[in-house]
Amino acid sequence: MSDNKTTLDFREFRERIGDIRGKEYWRSLEDLSRGADFEELLQEEFPRQSAPLANGVHRRDFMKLMSASIALAGAASCTAPSGNSEKIVPYVRQPEDLIPGKPLFFATAMPLAGYTTGVLAESHMGRPTKIEGNPDHPSSLGGTDAYMQASILGLYDPDRSQVVRTFGETRTWSDFIGALQPVLKEAAVNGAGLRLLTQTITSPTLGAAIAKLVAQYPGMQWHQWEPVSGDNAREGLRAAFGGYVNAVYHFDKANVVVTLDSDFMSDGPGHVRYSRDFSTRRRVRHGETKSINRMYAIESSPTSTGSIADHRLPVRPSQIEGYARAIAAGLGIAAAGATTEHADWIGGVVRDLQRNHGAAVVVAGDDQPPAVHQLAMAINQAIGAIGTTVSITDSAEVSPVNQLESLRRLVTDMNAGAVKALIMFGGNPIFDAPADFNFRSAFEKVPFRAHLSLYYDETSMLSHWHIPETHYLETWGDGRGHDGTITIQQPLIAPLYNGRSAIEVIGAMAGGMDQSPYDAVRAYWMANGANELLWRKWLNDGVIANSALPARSASASTAIPAPAAQPSGGFELRIAHDPNIYDGRFANNGWLQELPKPQTKITWENVLLLSPKSANDIGFGDQERDDLFNEKHTLLADLTFHGRTIRVPVWVVPGMPDNVATIHFGYGRKHGGKIAAERSDFTPGGVDVYPIRFSDALHGGAGAQIKLVRSEGTYPIGCTQEHQSINPKDVGGDRGIIRSATFDEYQRNPHFVQGEGEGHEGTGETAEADASMYPKYEYPGHAWAMVIDTSVCTGCNGCVIACQSENNISIVGKEEVVREREMHWLRIDRYYKGSPENPEVYHQPVPCMQCENAPCEPVCPVEATSHSGEGLNDMTYNRCVGTRYCSNNCPYKVRRFNFFHYADYDTPSLKPMRNPDVTVRTRGVMEKCTYCVQRINAAKIAAEIDGEKGRRVRDGEVTTACQQACPSEAITFGDMNDPTSRVAALKKEPANYALLQDLNTRPRTTYLGAIRNPNPEIRG
Amino acid sequence: MAQIFHRSTNTLSRVTIFGAVFIAGFVLWVIGGIVRSPYVTNQGIAREQPVPFSHQHHVGGLGIDCRYCHTSVEKSNFAGVPPTQTCMNCHAQIWTNAELLAPVRNSFANNTPIRWERVHRLPDFVHFNHSIHINKGIGCASCHGRIDRMNLTYQASPLTMDWCLSCHRAPEKYVRPRSEVFNMAYVAKDQEKQGPELVRAYNIQKLTSCSTCHY
Repeated sequence: MSDNKTTLDFREFRERIGDIRGKEYWRSLEDLSRGADFEELLQEEFPRQSAPLANGVHRRDFMKLMSASIALAGAASCTAPSGNSEKIVPYVRQPEDLIPGKPLFFATAMPLAGYTTGVLAESHMGRPTKIEGNPDHPSSLGGTDAYMQASILGLYDPDRSQVVRTFGETRTWSDFIGALQPVLKEAAVNGAGLRLLTQTITSPTLGAAIAKLVAQYPGMQWHQWEPVSGDNAREGLRAAFGGYVNAVYHFDKANVVVTLDSDFMSDGPGHVRYSRDFSTRRRVRHGETKSINRMYAIESSPTSTGSIADHRLPVRPSQIEGYARAIAAGLGIAAAGATTEHADWIGGVVRDLQRNHGAAVVVAGDDQPPAVHQLAMAINQAIGAIGTTVSITDSAEVSPVNQLESLRRLVTDMNAGAVKALIMFGGNPIFDAPADFNFRSAFEKVPFRAHLSLYYDETSMLSHWHIPETHYLETWGDGRGHDGTITIQQPLIAPLYNGRSAIEVIGAMAGGMDQSPYDAVRAYWMANGANELLWRKWLNDGVIANSALPARSASASTAIPAPAAQPSGGFELRIAHDPNIYDGRFANNGWLQELPKPQTKITWENVLLLSPKSANDIGFGDQERDDLFNEKHTLLADLTFHGRTIRVPVWVVPGMPDNVATIHFGYGRKHGGKIAAERSDFTPGGVDVYPIRFSDALHGGAGAQIKLVRSEGTYPIGCTQEHQSINPKDVGGDRGIIRSATFDEYQRNPHFVQGEGEGHEGTGETAEADASMYPKYEYPGHAWAMVIDTSVCTGCNGCVIACQSENNISIVGKEEVVREREMHWLRIDRYYKGSPENPEVYHQPVPCMQCENAPCEPVCPVEATSHSGEGLNDMTYNRCVGTRYCSNNCPYKVRRFNFFHYADYDTPSLKPMRNPDVTVRTRGVMEKCTYCVQRINAAKIAAEIDGEKGRRVRDGEVTTACQQACPSEAITFGDMNDPTSRVAALKKEPANYALLQDLNTRPRTTYLGAIRNPNPEIRG
Repeated sequence: MAQIFHRSTNTLSRVTIFGAVFIAGFVLWVIGGIVRSPYVTNQGIAREQPVPFSHQHHVGGLGIDCRYCHTSVEKSNFAGVPPTQTCMNCHAQIWTNAELLAPVRNSFANNTPIRWERVHRLPDFVHFNHSIHINKGIGCASCHGRIDRMNLTYQASPLTMDWCLSCHRAPEKYVRPRSEVFNMAYVAKDQEKQGPELVRAYNIQKLTSCSTCHY
């Protein structure tokens, strides 16, 4: 930052907030408060990248370095490429159906927290390189989230555990089997001392194997623990329906959706599907759409789901129940303890729910107590949702239990010395068990501890035996989706590191012949209705047809428990899992670490989220305004909960309720990979929140137990929101980067997007105005184009990782992110509208615009970026000499430069991961979104060689990686020259607009204005 | 003080000064020559292979079709190098004890692939696709030369971008009927007339955008 910090005080900032006029969009508090230095920032291309070297370079050293470089540059060209030979290694016996050079796709399923989502894994000559959603799988329908996309990096992660270990010493699998025998012998007599600890399991094969094991070792107990707890939902639904059940939502049938602190579009089983279902009712197409759905979000922290809601109410976590009770009471359910706040708002919701009887749904979040889930189901019962927009089925889990109690029992027994052997399948309880369980001290009392795990992590280090686990792409298995649909999980590659699956370890415990996971899964299904033909069909389809759990006729109990005592004011703490690295299990995944978090855009760590007012309240006052409301660094605070203190960076977030502090757990790993547990001054790897996560306050708590005091010092943060920012306002006023309207406004004026960028000189608001000094391009063949519907984009980040995976994009590390050098070709800009207390949120994915009058092209001195015959702005890496003129001239700031050699050329395991159809870039080269030109070329060739004459590429044959991943189908890509294509139709939509049209760049990527559907009865 | 330089050095300095342009030109010409020379392009250099496979014998002598071994040439970017199985289709019957074929038999018996030396090597930032060229009527021999006359396989063309573009800019000079693609000995009778006709018939485009090959 510049030294001449402007000393605007907090009051001035408040005044500015008061000054917001109608439609004004802002991206961050920094943007809103706009110091002079911020304006300066916007004018620059890479504002901090030109920062001088930390220690500087002397003139003479510089001369020496430069002359040496020039001399050696000549020397480098002396080696002929023939110097190193390259081998071609064909098969000995080539597999059937494999065409060398062409990828194959196999259906399998990715498990997360027990539930599986169907995927199609792309395999190049036996190497999985990319994950796509399986369109036939009900939990995916073709969409993917960031976890699924990033799982391919998880497979090839060089830090995965590779050998069986005993306290760090290398052992073998047979050593383990040997060591297991005395334990099993003892258990055969009395199994009570033998314990299994697993995560949630839906796999029928594994379930059956465990059941067999229980029979074999009478008294053996099976415990389950998942730190991202689903217990509240389990218990709430049990109370409502009298038994463990599974709720499956049908958002495509809902006109009205009410969320009670639920982020159903990015959390929990089926969220990819839910996103898609929701978007089908949200999309507006001219002349077709008569009505769209409406969502009310009552939530305690900003979420993706809340960001697309039409009405959002930020309240403290403990207040949610009161609001749920108020809605219930409004619908005639006897629920005491209803809140009296926001009565108008609640009244509007209630009337809307009543109007849409049978076409509305209420969803409660997993972090809310069981009573809220019970209330939600009672409301669903009252509004006729059960059986229409919510189906109740048997639980998809093999053995649904209250996992917290299950773990508590294990800890009690361990402390009592009753546990003789503990076999853990995945999980990392030493790191993630509730703090008050003192899991470690209990754990160390167990005489035989074995841990099956992908990484040699905190738990593995303290276990007698650590067994490397197979990744889901390496082994056979099965599992259920959110609605119970079963998928056989088939491997794409043999285990890279001698891993073993849970099925194998259970097999070893059962004794007898070693059964491979394939044999085990196949044997289970052959005994359960499969035959050779069906088995092959299941593997091919990636789903077992009609295996979804049947909806049962159910009615929710309307007997609502008495309200819990409400905390009386003070701070409330909310502890939630991290949106990127989940409970910490993805901490070694660089893609997920560097992914800007959906709402805060922070990378590489967790922060304490506070509202502007709350930050002020804890002593970060006017003087620190610049430190708090910028996107480069922040201040630290000490957070004390139940007597334990952690030091956390504070982050002020618009839309946070006051007096709430939210922090995400999962960071602060001590072992388990270079990225997960890396420590340096600059990259402390985030803050471990588990020490303040207690069993009676898993999701946070309230009251006097929470103390938040400011501490000294500032702390750098890799927040990407103000990186590559387009200046949303200009001399002429608002440049209309985000354009939005309500559905009513849209119906009155479908052309609402037009004229929003008015007030600029020489406006090119109409497509005809094409003044250019350069000769016009003709596009006789294809003209590729993209339309992004901002109405349905939730900012979930699925596209960003899909792009990273497809296009071999490097990660750069926190230090480089702080310097604004992150390489993502696709960024999702976040815009706010309205007051910082509760703004509307808009997400805008920004890839390369592929301008027809591209400012980048004429400035390249070596023609490394040029216009293709189909309208793409080609980027030719091998020509690029790194002048960065193109990037400097790009008004959308979508070009990325390899300041260093970011791509890892050396790690052997990462080489097979890369997409062979895309060049891996090196230092000094500019790169950017190509519209996935490798996919375009492949589709064109496939069409050209189809039949005698060839044919034109059909609409839908080319999908970009981002489009394919998008759960809400916000991105459409195709040939604009084909009048029947979907993209051509969308270009004709009245809500279609281009970014910075006044610059006459004629971008091929355009946007559909965001359309929201607020309830006219509710103001604000 | 005595003259340090003899009078004759004047001539030398004049030649140097006025010849500078020519010297610089000469140096550039030499560099240009080097980068186009087989030293850099590998053109015409036969590679030593684990098995001295002779295309001359198999193609020219026995008349085996290209696609018997290079199975994916019509379908994929990669023409395909045959699996050991393909060799053994014949060599399980003939020349079963030949010393030269020991690596093939070992490969098949031990299930270890033969590691062939790559002959045609493009940089990683160039994406070439065989199938589209075959389907648009570009003969194997147009790029690979008379493979049927090669004892040890070598790269017949320079594979420089200039060379690629010579055809991408003027495909009518090189295109042949699809029926003749695999014919090594094909010589066009009247390319000036036939070329443009084929370009029309096969809907051949002159693709010279960078992203045709570089991405």
